[in-house]
Amino acid sequence: MSPRLVRADRDAVRRRDTPLSITVDGDALSGVAGQTIAGVLLANGRRAWRAGPSGAPRGVFCGIGVCFDCLVTVNGEPDVRACRRRAADGDQVATQSREAR
Amino acid sequence: MRVVVLGAGIVGAACARELARAGLAVTVLDRGGPAAATTAHGEGNVLVSDKGPGPELELARMSRRLWEEALAEAAGRSDADRVEWDPKGGIVVATTDAGARGLEEFAAGQRAAGVTVETLDAPGLAAAEPQVTRDFALAVHYPEDAQVQPVGAAAFLLGDALRAGAGLRTGVEVLGAVTRGGRITAVRTSAGTVEGDVFVNAAGPWSGAVAERLGAPVDVRPRRGEVLVTTPQPPTVFHKVYDADYVGAVGSGAEELQASAVVESTRAGTILLGSSRRRVGFDDRIRPEVLSVIAGKALRLFPRLAGVPVMRAYGGFRPYVPDHLPVIGPDPRLPGLWHATGHEGAGIGLSVGTGRVLADLLLGREPEIDAGPFRVDRPAVLFEGDDQ
Amino acid sequence: MSRNVVIVGAGPAGLAAAAAALRAGARVTLLDAAESPGGQYHRMLPEAFAAERPGRLHHGWAAFDRARRHVLGHPRCTWLAETSVWSLERRDPGDARPPRVHLVHGPDGAGRDRSVLDPDALVLATGAHDRVLPFPGWDLPGVFTAGAAQALAKGERLAVGDEVLVAGSGPFLLPVAASLLEAGSRVRGVLEANPAATVLRGWGARPRELASQPGKAAELAGYTALLARHRVPYRTGRAVIAARGDGRVEEAVTARLRADWSVVPGTERAVPVDAVCVTHGFSPQLELPLAAGCALRDGPEDGTAFVDVDDDQRTTAPGVHAAGEITGVAGAPAARAEGLLAGWLAGGGSPDAPELRAVRRRRDQGRAFARRLAAAHPVGDGWKSWLTPRTVVCRCEETTYGALCRAADDPAGGSDRAVRLGTRAGLGPCQARICGPAVAALLGGRVTRTATPHHRPVAQPIRLGELARPPKEGTP
Repeated sequence: MSPRLVRADRDAVRRRDTPLSITVDGDALSGVAGQTIAGVLLANGRRAWRAGPSGAPRGVFCGIGVCFDCLVTVNGEPDVRACRRRAADGDQVATQSREAR
Repeated sequence: MRVVVLGAGIVGAACARELARAGLAVTVLDRGGPAAATTAHGEGNVLVSDKGPGPELELARMSRRLWEEALAEAAGRSDADRVEWDPKGGIVVATTDAGARGLEEFAAGQRAAGVTVETLDAPGLAAAEPQVTRDFALAVHYPEDAQVQPVGAAAFLLGDALRAGAGLRTGVEVLGAVTRGGRITAVRTSAGTVEGDVFVNAAGPWSGAVAERLGAPVDVRPRRGEVLVTTPQPPTVFHKVYDADYVGAVGSGAEELQASAVVESTRAGTILLGSSRRRVGFDDRIRPEVLSVIAGKALRLFPRLAGVPVMRAYGGFRPYVPDHLPVIGPDPRLPGLWHATGHEGAGIGLSVGTGRVLADLLLGREPEIDAGPFRVDRPAVLFEGDDQ
Repeated sequence: MSRNVVIVGAGPAGLAAAAAALRAGARVTLLDAAESPGGQYHRMLPEAFAAERPGRLHHGWAAFDRARRHVLGHPRCTWLAETSVWSLERRDPGDARPPRVHLVHGPDGAGRDRSVLDPDALVLATGAHDRVLPFPGWDLPGVFTAGAAQALAKGERLAVGDEVLVAGSGPFLLPVAASLLEAGSRVRGVLEANPAATVLRGWGARPRELASQPGKAAELAGYTALLARHRVPYRTGRAVIAARGDGRVEEAVTARLRADWSVVPGTERAVPVDAVCVTHGFSPQLELPLAAGCALRDGPEDGTAFVDVDDDQRTTAPGVHAAGEITGVAGAPAARAEGLLAGWLAGGGSPDAPELRAVRRRRDQGRAFARRLAAAHPVGDGWKSWLTPRTVVCRCEETTYGALCRAADDPAGGSDRAVRLGTRAGLGPCQARICGPAVAALLGGRVTRTATPHHRPVAQPIRLGELARPPKEGTP
């Protein structure tokens, strides 16, 4: 019951996956090259990663860089749109809230 | 006595509040909506730190006390909460030795005038502002500086006025004066004639134009200021922090860009970065190179903000008078016309004191500060000192 | 001396504009925030996927691929990928040149460089994104815009959920459902909020006009057949009016709607799902047209607007053309026709060129299609009755409907600007891109309107360090 990547061996577009690994708040997550950070998070079963002003959970909403719901800190840079940033092997991602980072 | 206040910005709201609470029949007119122009485009400063000894400092200190009194009286009311009163204090940082000498002298004068001034050493500055530059020559803390959310503050004052019986008419533009026996008895507006015994010109940067339409021009001009707004951040900046050049930029009358770093956060977590001052008439274009200069100056104070995104910029017009003093009082050329304008970037803080002084003068009471320096018939206001 | 044309946006409209401007002899700078051209319509797979058959997910892939290769490979074209306009700087009054174009280059969050372009003509083709009306629970994780579901499926082969409802209004529901099915989701239903009578009346009138859009009609017929094959019910007059769950969507509440989108009491039904994909039409991205000084015209619904253009796709701002969804939502074929016109004229081509006749006809057919679309899929005012005082309207700042109403009713409040500053609605990181039209509609008639929700002088976020550094000289 969660978002998932179409399996490469069944994908009609016939893609070839190159694995990569990122950390999110220190936890290692695996993904494939070409995925956005949002894509890696979703495909690993994480639907929400940011806390809104009240602490309410937020993840992907618009998926195209318009809503800014999916903001994360990437390698120390805050407020990066996870849906617009391709994951790079070794990226250190930190989740954000209004209280602390 | 029927009073018509022209302008529903924060200064008009403060005047209406004082006059309505004194029992006068007050009507507030505004071309747009309340608090929609200059008031909505400022940072919400309630400052003493940027004012040297003199009449404006006296007005500022009185205003600060009146803000606290008004909010104490309204404690628990939701509109008082929306003022977002934050007595956070200001910190002025000089990054050069020359700046430090100027700041030291300026602060000494303020201290002598009764302002609370505390010099911060390096550990003191680091404790007060962990993210600020360590590379500084002098830092001075002004615990009396405060900040409000300007539109909430204006709505609070205007709400008090309405509760005291004042009326508000929006979408009404003043076109001219009706006079009888040399006295103004009504204003012609886009929505008909509005009669009154006293008319208070509180139109901010447009008060020069309004005064001209009424036949009694005053030299109040627009001066443009821009502010950058970052995305909401976790607590990062705890005071109003500005560089020692700010006072010089405020005091300058130059047309070209004056910029200095002013950095502070809001209750919502955004960081406001100012400030610029340019005399460009009512040209409302946002200039990328001005924003770039503001960003550069702010980073000198807070280098660690380099990765923080700016999500918005806004510019506003401030009512500028060549001698940098507000204009508060009756117009000797046209009986019945009064002015309450010319606060430049300080109108949010000075609004309540201005309302009180105006009401005192109008009702024949002795103002608690000397209102002489703010009088209308002074050279800077009546174009006599005009060298432009 | 050939003209310098800058084209912002490389979707169907921008790509067509580039091709036409090149044909007219101009030098073209084409830029887009994405890594590849295509826009949302032809969203391409990342190169790292090394896909052998990328066209499998697209209608009209071959033609798009040809256009893309032609434009990007053209010696007079400079293609700037991952480039955003953060500011447009209008000239002094009386100066007829288009605004200066201030750019940032590179992926977000990586210390990007700035540069500045001084074009002879500017074509804005910035497109649109889903308009999603607020409803209780729309801020729960697992509620996506329909565009997000499609972008993730087409752009990175990700299915947003196992059990999905697609709801809202408009023909876009169909390709989104198709993308979800292709990616392996079970689609529990496609819900069109408008009643069948409205949809049929809108699409059915003047059938001759519709026959002029054979590609579009065939595309829609293909989706309908696909839904039937997968036994996905398509229901009209029904909507998702709430989403519920503990920290994520666990069920959607659907209900029958009247023609005005108010709920027929007693028809609410809870549907277990793990994702809901919603769209209620499109919001054009208007911050750049506004910054350029282009006049807008009101859209069919309260709070919506589009760029006002003349028969030559000229805006009211000197030297600025507009094409595609920012001038009206009419689909990719119309966007391409608009782009061709805008690019040709911006590039110095003659407005009397004979081949423009057919292009103008296609563009006009596209506009007629847009009118039909608007008539078949209007947004009913009754959505406001879905809200409760605790419903979040502004997702960024979590401003509730109740807080908005209280601020609007404050006699000393008055203007929409005062309400926004007081409640922070629209002042968060998205800068009212998502909630702006909804907030404007909710405040409509209650407070003085003083500002458009699309005014964003900083058109894209820029980091302080990037802003403080001077722009690089010359062509990037």
